[in-house]
Amino acid sequence: MWSRGSHGRRLAALTVIGTAIVLPLVVFVLGPNMPPGKATQVAAGQVVDNTVLLVVMTPFTVFILVYLGYALVCFRAPKGEAELRDGPPLRGHLRAQVAWLVTTTAAVLFLAIFGTAELLADNGSGSGGGPSPAWKPGGTVLPVQVIGQQWEFTYRYPTYGGVETAQLVLPQGVEIAFHVTSLDVVHSFWAYELGVKADANPGVDNIAYVKTKKLGTFQIRCAELCGLWHGYMFDTGKIVTRSQFAAWIGARRRQFAPVAKYLPPYSTTYAPDPPYRAG
Amino acid sequence: MRRPRLIGFNLLTAVVLGVGGYFLGWWLGRQVTGPSLDYFGDTGQNDVALFVAYFVGVVGFLVGLGFANYPVQRMLGRPPSLREKETEGVGRYFGLCTDHKVVGIQYLLGIGAFIFIGGLNAMLIRFELLRPTHLAWNGNNYLTLVGIHGTMMMGMMTSGILGPFANYLVPLMIGARRMAFPRIEALTFWLLMAAGTILMTSLAFGGFPTGWTGYAPLDEQANMGIDAYIAFFALVGLSMTLLGLNMLATVITMRAPGLTWGRLPLFVWGTVSTSVLMLLAAPVLISTLFMLALDRTAQTGFFNSQAGGSPYLYENLFWIFGHPEVYILALPGMGILLEILPVFARKPVWGYRLAVTGMLGIMLLSFLVWQHHLFVSGINANLRPFYMLSTELISLPTGFIFVCALGTLWQGRIRLTVPMLFALAWIFNFLVGGLSGVFLSDVPSDTTTHGSFFSMAHFHYTIMGGLIFAFFAGIYYWVPKMTGFQLNERLGKIHFWVMFVAFNSTFGPLLVIGFLGMPRRVVTYAGYLQGANDWVSVSAFVLGASMLVFLGNFVWSLAFARVPAGANPWGSKSIEFQLPSPVPVHDFDRIPTFGADPYPYGQDGAAAAAGQRPIVSPARPTR
Amino acid sequence: MSTGRRWIAVGAGVAAAGVLIGIYIGFLTGGPTPYRVPVAQGASGKVVQLELMTVAAIGPKLSPNANWVSYLVREHGVWRRSTVWTLPAHATVHVTIYNFDGRSGLRNPFLAQARGVDGGTFRIDGGPPQTTIKPDDASHTFAIPQLGVIVPIYGVADDAKDQCGFAPCPMSNAHETITFTFHTGKKGHYRWQCFVPCAAGFVYGFGGPMQTIGYMDGYVDVV
Repeated sequence: MWSRGSHGRRLAALTVIGTAIVLPLVVFVLGPNMPPGKATQVAAGQVVDNTVLLVVMTPFTVFILVYLGYALVCFRAPKGEAELRDGPPLRGHLRAQVAWLVTTTAAVLFLAIFGTAELLADNGSGSGGGPSPAWKPGGTVLPVQVIGQQWEFTYRYPTYGGVETAQLVLPQGVEIAFHVTSLDVVHSFWAYELGVKADANPGVDNIAYVKTKKLGTFQIRCAELCGLWHGYMFDTGKIVTRSQFAAWIGARRRQFAPVAKYLPPYSTTYAPDPPYRAG
Repeated sequence: MRRPRLIGFNLLTAVVLGVGGYFLGWWLGRQVTGPSLDYFGDTGQNDVALFVAYFVGVVGFLVGLGFANYPVQRMLGRPPSLREKETEGVGRYFGLCTDHKVVGIQYLLGIGAFIFIGGLNAMLIRFELLRPTHLAWNGNNYLTLVGIHGTMMMGMMTSGILGPFANYLVPLMIGARRMAFPRIEALTFWLLMAAGTILMTSLAFGGFPTGWTGYAPLDEQANMGIDAYIAFFALVGLSMTLLGLNMLATVITMRAPGLTWGRLPLFVWGTVSTSVLMLLAAPVLISTLFMLALDRTAQTGFFNSQAGGSPYLYENLFWIFGHPEVYILALPGMGILLEILPVFARKPVWGYRLAVTGMLGIMLLSFLVWQHHLFVSGINANLRPFYMLSTELISLPTGFIFVCALGTLWQGRIRLTVPMLFALAWIFNFLVGGLSGVFLSDVPSDTTTHGSFFSMAHFHYTIMGGLIFAFFAGIYYWVPKMTGFQLNERLGKIHFWVMFVAFNSTFGPLLVIGFLGMPRRVVTYAGYLQGANDWVSVSAFVLGASMLVFLGNFVWSLAFARVPAGANPWGSKSIEFQLPSPVPVHDFDRIPTFGADPYPYGQDGAAAAAGQRPIVSPARPTR
Repeated sequence: MSTGRRWIAVGAGVAAAGVLIGIYIGFLTGGPTPYRVPVAQGASGKVVQLELMTVAAIGPKLSPNANWVSYLVREHGVWRRSTVWTLPAHATVHVTIYNFDGRSGLRNPFLAQARGVDGGTFRIDGGPPQTTIKPDDASHTFAIPQLGVIVPIYGVADDAKDQCGFAPCPMSNAHETITFTFHTGKKGHYRWQCFVPCAAGFVYGFGGPMQTIGYMDGYVDVV
């Protein structure tokens, strides 16, 4: 049997070696492939955030797994031992406990501060920030209203005559403000590649910011159980160039001219009609 | 052995009175509402009648079991009949019995049956997800499956460890012969059985589309099937409140001489911290569901923004209960873990005080984190940093449990018995669960993971990987004590390895699928996720098959092989293993006195009832 | 108890569990039987005729929920409450909807304009092609969102004489006939639904029949 000290040194060495192997893999291989991609600034920020979380977790994970493996190999009762023999009656080790407390506390505080900084800095991290988010964009913003109803999302562009469309198309390189609301039950607007998720509540204007970067399509799904066709409440959106966007929105204004006169004036929320119970 | 009586207060009478009460209640409700309420007249839905029916049915069920006998007889000044205090016969297991050991076994079998139904639903859900579009169950039935699976598991498993194991063991571990309120103890069990049956009746009323969270206003829009969900969870909440109250009263007032708080076994500490959560959190659930029932019947509109209420109110109230509930599920598992590791590492618990601090810390913090479920909801957006911090702080006390578990293994003499394998698997699974939880606690990362398969896989890692693995650890460890017969070790190991591998092969990929953008509770998904989903489904079926291995082992070992376990099959030094197996009706011949240490391993090198006086002078035969 | 008896008990238990599970699964698979719409060969590919009826109350003969609003489909000349239809891929679908229900109005007026149909138009009672109706005049919609198809269904006037009570409604009752044409694309499994909050008595008018397959919701199987 090895002495206690040598167990400790071996474990420490194994943990350090394991971390040294895993950490570069996490940073350079896993990290860049973390979701949700780089279609927007927010999404790219979330990739960084996910990578930082993984990096902080790695040493703890490696330590615990190495320890478990080590214990299963080195701290076993010999096979076929008929008599039950006890291990040493160790009841604690103040230095080890304090060390654990200090490292985990440091990690947790770092994560909380880092997360808060990310949340307050970059587009409010893309999640629904209520009617008046703490982070506000400077410069021009394209407001897009997302209207959830059972079971379809529709979109309104208030700066383009309040035209309503069934498809979400966004111009590239523009700061977008999604105003998410619902006409009935709670939905959740999840544009995966954009790094946006915001609940759609009736009577609530839930705002999420995002700055588009890459051209391409993105998936839209409802992420809050909203009834029978929740699973079918999905859609594909597109990020296009500014000129393509101008052409597209012009075409939609022409296409939906007949219904335009019936649309209610643009508003951050709408009262469901018929109210409460129909009939 | 006396034969169970057919006539009298027993399960048969209870079922008859329960069903009769249900129809009586339905009729009464129809008389009250009638055609005067237009809403119900138009829709063919009569929520009032259904609630009254459930209520009268449950009352009938409980009266049939004999819960009214004692109070009624006392009120009439007659000597109470003490049938519930019978000490022998199989009939005890099919009715009201105040022996804490009988209630423990009732819980194990009763809850086990409902968990089996919940697991079957999971299999059917995974079957549907073999294809990216509709495959087998129509949309309504799929959502109902999801709802019943979640609700059944979350409801039943709250008492999954406290019910069978704490009821059986806490009195033994603290040197008491009974619980503080034995009738209430029995009541908590039978309430759960009534609740589980009610939840299944949801199918007859169109099921419910809301999942286990029942978010408003979808739950107000739903068919009458949701009333079963409301009645189920309210009864479970009542059962939880009473269970927590009973446990706390028992541990506070009935500890044997010498058993100070610092000497309690850690399973008892796990029970105490869970009980505090149950006592404080479950009433919130009951009130919330009461408001919801009023919304559905009396048109009050608490949770409907068009009627002056707010869906946020429901979400807040639900998670004020719901997040402590998550720890109601986690803490007993930690208790079992720290109870089993010392036995099979042959060492005292490392850092006893740290472990207790960890449990109490989790208990306190769990009340302060609920809005992390609402990170993207738009409510109180500027409070998110606080909830981010409080949520991440919970990993500190959870870390205490980990470090105590790991420290207990240090230089131990580990024996890989079946209970030990499940306990070690707990460490691995809960590690994955905890690490995935960090992503959910961080707002930027939560933007992707919220409401996705990632969060679903996360809580399955903590609840199934934590609670269910601890549940099985407890079964393999204590069932020989409860029944007097060994469970087959070889089948147990097959069960463990199949379950452990299949579990990780099911939920590990689900973490990735969630990251790739698949939301929870959907019936369709993007085509490129089909391969991964098929892999998960097949793994889930193997996971389900491992449960059949367990059932086979359980029935074979207890009904056919019947190898006597002896008083102490594991060489444990806990007090319950110093008693004969099964534990005699009166538990102890005399109340034991306790020494300084609940885990006296490595002292004297002897396997005696260390630190304790011989507590059972000649063992009394059970029958 | 002897070993033999124990085996019998275990066998009985397993059999009982099996039967219960079988009943459960049988219950879950229940639902409307799909209607395979007959296919004709037209000049430019496959053509199918889909005849639907919408009624304010399905009636006790066709459903236990007599007061629920519902769609019906004409299967080989008989009106049935089936909302699961099998259509051929890349086919032209001529839809005729006989609407016997009153006007309840759209929640989102945007859906009052037809999309995804030939010419973006439909006809009411054989009148001129039109793109839009007044949102408040909508009784229901016919919508297959994944195919981009949505058509508002003009409702029967409130003061119309001889309104239909229970389905199936005779053509002598007051009704509006809406006709339009759309094309099924590639194979797939789609859902269809109504977007008008027409489930009287339910919160937001979207419970009950609006969330139960067999009434105002169903599947379109394109094969």
